[in-house]
Amino acid sequence: MNKQTVFRSRIEDFLYHEATLLDEWRLDEWLELLTEDVIYEVPSTDAPNSEAKSALFLIADDATRIRARVKRLNDTQAHAEFPRSRTRRLITNVQITDRTTNELLVTANFTVYRYRRNSSLRQYVGRYFYKLRLVDEQLRICERRAILDPTELGMLGAVSFIL
Amino acid sequence: MPYTPFIIDEPEEMVFRLNRSTLTDPEILDRERQKIFDACWIYCGHESELSEPGDFVTRNVCGRPVIFCKNSAGEIRIFLNSCRHRSAMVCREARGNTKRYNCFYHGWSYNQDGDLVGVPGEDSYPPNFDKSNFPLAPAPRIDSYRGFWFISFDIKICGLEEYLAGATEYIDLVNDQSPSAKMQVIEGTQEYDIRANWKLLVENSFDDYHLLTTHKTWLDYMKDSGVDITPPEGKGLLLPSKGIGKGLGNGHAVIDNINFRGRPVARWISIYGEAAKAEIATIRAELVNRLGEQRAARVADTNRNLVIFPNLVINDGSSVTIRTFWPVSVDHMKVIAWALGPKEENETARARRLDSFLTFYGPGGFATPDDVEALEAVQIGLATWRETQWSEMTRGLNKKGEQLNTDEEHLRAFWRQWNSLMTVE
Repeated sequence: MNKQTVFRSRIEDFLYHEATLLDEWRLDEWLELLTEDVIYEVPSTDAPNSEAKSALFLIADDATRIRARVKRLNDTQAHAEFPRSRTRRLITNVQITDRTTNELLVTANFTVYRYRRNSSLRQYVGRYFYKLRLVDEQLRICERRAILDPTELGMLGAVSFIL
Repeated sequence: MPYTPFIIDEPEEMVFRLNRSTLTDPEILDRERQKIFDACWIYCGHESELSEPGDFVTRNVCGRPVIFCKNSAGEIRIFLNSCRHRSAMVCREARGNTKRYNCFYHGWSYNQDGDLVGVPGEDSYPPNFDKSNFPLAPAPRIDSYRGFWFISFDIKICGLEEYLAGATEYIDLVNDQSPSAKMQVIEGTQEYDIRANWKLLVENSFDDYHLLTTHKTWLDYMKDSGVDITPPEGKGLLLPSKGIGKGLGNGHAVIDNINFRGRPVARWISIYGEAAKAEIATIRAELVNRLGEQRAARVADTNRNLVIFPNLVINDGSSVTIRTFWPVSVDHMKVIAWALGPKEENETARARRLDSFLTFYGPGGFATPDDVEALEAVQIGLATWRETQWSEMTRGLNKKGEQLNTDEEHLRAFWRQWNSLMTVE
């Protein structure tokens, strides 16, 4: 790809679009943003820089597991998310940190507000690390790692939605 | 206030009821802190979390900050994390290695053995001031079993092994998965709160009755992945039935099932992938060679959910998890969970174990979040306790002998011990 063709504004548009799909629970559409070799990871809060093969994570999904996760979340028997949480994601401080011929490394800060009935507001704050790839001129996600800032999940409880 | 019992336990009448105030009354929690948590052996940490002299991990046990550490001779010690001068914590990091525990407030410092070795301006104290009178206070009693270290704040408590009673058999089954009988706590801690009474997690951790309804989506995931989830039937089963639940003495209890969900040591399922078959066979062969066919099958082909009274859970299922939890208030607990694996495990087997852990367990797993939701729904419902005072807990009570994992004999075992400690004057 032409290195000059992808500017930060295009990355931002892409991440905002992803955030909209997730906030609106359009999970099947979200799956279409992912490559076949995708990974989605949330490390444990006390081991933010570790690897899923040697440390216990909160989430470490490959493509098969992500599809299974979405299937579960689309089921009303996924009790932790039925009724579904209302979420609102704020994505900021987007930076392109590295480029190869057809891939980009991107970081962004996030706050995800999560509201549920019978539960107080929960704020998930942290940083995303993405590896994005241009596939047929479309941006696709091949790595998506969400690193939480809190030292423990604590009152955040579970990460039962797509963070 | 007229006295109402915590439980009504009349087996001849086929009655077992739990007073729901035990899950809602702050005065009962105050009493639990004294009669349960300060009167039992309480899990603190695992030996594998420490290796060198000066290694430390800080925790909160029974509401006290403690330092779980190795002294200068490499022996495990547990100190109360509180300066002898004004009581500030002397160690505020989660883990690490240190030559000195320094209180930054006025500068008192302690060595790896807990001795007070530095007092700024010591010459201003009167002549009877002696540093040797002010070491870091040790936890009143400490003891270990198979690498699991416990604290008791009751100086007169019996030894740990006697306390653990029948639970030792089930800890041994976990440890036997390692060729050297050394298990290891793996990096990465899952720490999360549940807005529910701590005893609800005791019940949930080994309640198989809820599996089909609470965890339907997990069972679907297993089915979709090609795993046969029908419970094994017929002759020659390892356990005398499809699964049993039983008390182990002193309030400890277990459910013990024939495995269907795969085990890193050592039963292959399709989720592990074809490539893993050979390695699982090798792990199995080592087990058979070391333990014999029968014991190897006991270790590898059964899942066990063990509750060690009052607040330690060791679940040996699709992976091994240690879980301990603490009441913050009557409707709020903090949970800490770790993954445990054989020390010798190679990279691919370790990766498989961790992956297997996440299919079910933890705040991002396919099952635990629904357990959390269930317990929080219970706690909200418990606000009706004055109108609906009793919880029925009689499953299996009409059966002689063996009880199923979906019965409630193991829950009753926990509650009977809880009741007997809580009603001591």
